[in-house]
Amino acid sequence: MIHPITVNNISVSYDGHEVVKDVSFSFGSGSLIGVLGPNGAGKSTLMKAMLGLIHKDHGDVKIGSETVDSMRKQIAYVPQRSNIDWNFPIVVKDTVLLGTYPKIGLLRRPRKADKEWAMECLRQVGMESFANRQIGELSGGQQQRVFLARALAQKADYFFLDEPFVGIDVSSEEIIIEILREMQANGKVIFVVHHDLSKVKKYFDGLILINKELIDAGPTNKVFQSSNMAKAYNREFMIDGLEVSM
Amino acid sequence: MEFIQDLLTYGFLQKALITSIMVGIICGVIGSFIVLRGMALMGDAISHAVLPGVAISYMLGISYFYGAVFTGVLTAFSIGAISQNSRIKNDSSIGIVFSAFFALGIILITQAKSATDLTQILFGNVLSVRSSDMWLTLIVGAIVILVVFLFFKELLVSSFDETMAAAYGLKTRLIHYAIMFLLTLVTVASLQTVGVILVVSLLITPASTAYLLTNRLSVMVILAAFFGAVSSITGLYFSFLYNMPTGPVIALTATAIFVLAFLFSPKQGIVVGMFRKKFKRKSITGATN
Repeated sequence: MIHPITVNNISVSYDGHEVVKDVSFSFGSGSLIGVLGPNGAGKSTLMKAMLGLIHKDHGDVKIGSETVDSMRKQIAYVPQRSNIDWNFPIVVKDTVLLGTYPKIGLLRRPRKADKEWAMECLRQVGMESFANRQIGELSGGQQQRVFLARALAQKADYFFLDEPFVGIDVSSEEIIIEILREMQANGKVIFVVHHDLSKVKKYFDGLILINKELIDAGPTNKVFQSSNMAKAYNREFMIDGLEVSM
Repeated sequence: MEFIQDLLTYGFLQKALITSIMVGIICGVIGSFIVLRGMALMGDAISHAVLPGVAISYMLGISYFYGAVFTGVLTAFSIGAISQNSRIKNDSSIGIVFSAFFALGIILITQAKSATDLTQILFGNVLSVRSSDMWLTLIVGAIVILVVFLFFKELLVSSFDETMAAAYGLKTRLIHYAIMFLLTLVTVASLQTVGVILVVSLLITPASTAYLLTNRLSVMVILAAFFGAVSSITGLYFSFLYNMPTGPVIALTATAIFVLAFLFSPKQGIVVGMFRKKFKRKSITGATN
């Protein structure tokens, strides 16, 4: 059973400055949601606050009627590529295997079935032939696919991806979005921090538009309007008329 | 050969050998995580900061182990407290805290006992290892190896991707302080062998050497332990035969192994890299001609 995720009045501040201000929204099972906003709008911060990874001034996050803390094993997080040490001594298949750790639990080791499942996830993103490569030897798009495979390996219901489409090749982007769609069709709830406005309508059925405070959240058609975008980006926007470029 | 003869004859030499090997192993093991987490400076800090603890233990007439562990852990917390509660960056807070503790340690130790003890603590003298020191090292070693073995999975994921680890519910802060605690134990166990000043070489250098040679954390830990053990055995050998200070010999041996890996590692070595480039160029020109 996959429950809706509801965020109530989240605020976060760094050194006394509010970087996320009173944000609320709710999305149900089977949503692929883009978290949108200009640089410094607090997109990643919002995501980390939702996951309870940074201190919130106030507000709470509920999955169904449960807290995030009690649902952690159902949550998969994919960090920004820039936050990973790509020289770490780890090969591709072991990186994906990390995704099985949450459910294996303490004091136990991954078994053969876990390793096979990790390979299966690697196959889904088309990276099985790179299984024994060190992760730094891959291209950006390949690295992102490996991390998506790791998220798949977690068998989670709720997914949080921070800027998965930054600096990756077209075919990797297509593979990733196709998998995300499939997950959505299976009822998963997927949040994606994103900043390329040109593909927003194509990719997401729901949007969270923020610039520190929430501008709007809901179905893409409702949120992705010139007036909203102008408010978020502090400039004029034409949508569907002219190309939206940032 | 003569060394092996003596090894069989003298009890103190056997104790020194066992202690050296264990110290090399656990420094390599815990050093691997220190290196990968970018905490080399922290290793240096804790090793220096155990000094006041050692001095206070002398004054109170208790085993130096307790005092050293106490000030080591206190240092880890102080550094964390400063960098988390102010705008001071982590490396600066490390500098502030460890220099203060080290300074305090030197004053206390010169007050407490004669200067020979100070040199021994600072630079190590593996030949003076007593039975109790050896047992302490073996117990600490067993604890460190057991913890790393049991929680290898958690150490791996939290060192590689701390945010993911926290997102699925691992207590990453707790893991950080657990590593600091193990680091303190290892430092205390290494005091007699390498000394305070050079513990960092046995923590960082063998692990860095291993890092150049493998793409797997488990292999890195094992290689680091091996290089650490080789370095400290060499240290023992030279200090016994030529009356050299143990710590510096260990540090230089570890460095020599590192330089070899730096030059000749199959993937990372710069000499190998140069050959590879040359070969590539040749094969390219060969193809075009």
